[in-house]
Amino acid sequence: MKTPEIHVERRAAEGTPRVNDVVFRAVDVGVRYGETLAVRGITMDIQAHQITAIIGPSGCGKSTLIRCFNRMNDLIPSASIDGQILYRGHDLYDAAVDPVEVRRRIGMVFQKPNPFPKSIFENIAFGLKINGLDDSVDDRVETALKRAALWDEVKKDLKKPALALSGGQQQRLCIARAIAVQPDVILMDEPCSALDPIATARIEDLMRELQSDYTILIVTHNMQQAARVSDMTAFLTVEVDERDGTRTGLLVEYDKTEKLFTNPSDERTEAYITGRFG
Amino acid sequence: MAAPAAVLGSADRGARRRRERFFLGLLLLALLIGVASLVTLLVDVLRTGVPRLSLDFLTEFPSRFAERAGAKPALYGSLWIISVCTLFSVPVGIGAAVYLEEYAKPGRLSRLIEVNISNLAGVPSIIYGLLGLAIFVRLFALGRSVLAGGLTLGLLVLPVIVIAGREAIRAVPPSIREAAYALGSTKWQTVSRQVIPAALPGFMTGIILAISRALGETAPLITMGALTFVSFVPSGLLDRFTALPIQIFNWTSRPQSAFQATAAAGIVVLLVVLLTMNAIAILIRNRYERKW
Repeated sequence: MKTPEIHVERRAAEGTPRVNDVVFRAVDVGVRYGETLAVRGITMDIQAHQITAIIGPSGCGKSTLIRCFNRMNDLIPSASIDGQILYRGHDLYDAAVDPVEVRRRIGMVFQKPNPFPKSIFENIAFGLKINGLDDSVDDRVETALKRAALWDEVKKDLKKPALALSGGQQQRLCIARAIAVQPDVILMDEPCSALDPIATARIEDLMRELQSDYTILIVTHNMQQAARVSDMTAFLTVEVDERDGTRTGLLVEYDKTEKLFTNPSDERTEAYITGRFG
Repeated sequence: MAAPAAVLGSADRGARRRRERFFLGLLLLALLIGVASLVTLLVDVLRTGVPRLSLDFLTEFPSRFAERAGAKPALYGSLWIISVCTLFSVPVGIGAAVYLEEYAKPGRLSRLIEVNISNLAGVPSIIYGLLGLAIFVRLFALGRSVLAGGLTLGLLVLPVIVIAGREAIRAVPPSIREAAYALGSTKWQTVSRQVIPAALPGFMTGIILAISRALGETAPLITMGALTFVSFVPSGLLDRFTALPIQIFNWTSRPQSAFQATAAAGIVVLLVVLLTMNAIAILIRNRYERKW
């Protein structure tokens, strides 16, 4: 496993311009489920090789929002999106864009670990096969498991069913599965919410490790986690319509994590991070 | 502290316990009625049939003498039509189930299809015999052949396979599909490599039910004109045939009492075939059984 020092050097060597690359540019993005507006007014730039956290109270549409970035919301028939999301300058929702290709480049890790009901090896090999990366599968599986800090625990028995692993191991397997297909971005939708603190700490370390190679976007309901792990933080809140009770999430503040947690510019952010609501 | 027994005791404890026992007794009785009648039936059949069983019984053709009659053509006929039936109904039924669950757009049309498939499962089997007669025997001019018989039974069990197949697909957690999509797989890759393998044990349950039903069906085969007294074994799809339940029915309707033993022996053979097929299907199911 590489040490963090090497990462720092590498990032420094590659220079600042890469860090300033905008991977995603969301312009006034909103998501509807049928007639109901679930999220609105999301305008933010997401930088390459940064960890961007999305925080906010329950029901503010964090998960809905993150699923826009790899077009997972396409799988919900009633969902539709307003505004524009640019991925490295390309409109993600352009008619010519193939969502399958989008998801190949923008991987995702889910709230609940969801390994396939197959062996550890098969879990990673599946993504390789469908993406045409089926040369030297053994090496690629090993590399992915090492990158996800799972190799030492599973190398003796890769044929073991993935569902026999512990929750934390399963989630690291899901991360290994996602990085095996060499994505550009990894979206993480509350990846630690089903894990104990030790497993959570391992995933957080892992995110820092992976930052040099990938851009990471994480949804979390855990403010401490966002503060510990992220470079940038977006705070969403929820508006309840007095007439019909529909809840709509909106972006309140998006800034450097340090700034947002120590000196928020919006009083709603301050109220949330100091624990006065949510 | 007061004695807990006094505090937690209650005056009508005896009455309550009697009521508990009464209901337990009722439930056991219900169970007993079912099990006892099944056991009686099995014991009766085995006692009459087993002494009559011999290797000759499986290798001899029917005869008008009860002690010489064998079930060879019926056994072979049954195996032939079950093979045709399975080869037809399993791929078609699972294909239909996958389409309905994964591809069909929810709406009036798919609801209509859904209701109709459920209804088809309840249609009396003799109606399928008429259908087979009209379509396979006459329209497709397959004659009263193994092929026509197998396809008729295939139609009969199709709804069972479709319904069980849909249940199995629905039981695959959506998170598995999401995981596959998130890795950049197409719909077909997701369905064929993750959903179908994960639903396989459930498919097997439907197939077991279907084969068991098809093996025991008599009415549709008689309706479409299967033979009742055959002295040859089918050697191809277009040969005529008889089947075990038809043969058993034929023997039981003979006046000579010796044929009762022959019929019982036939039933034992049918049961053995049935249990063997179910055992194979259950083995396959257990091999692929998964938990999440």
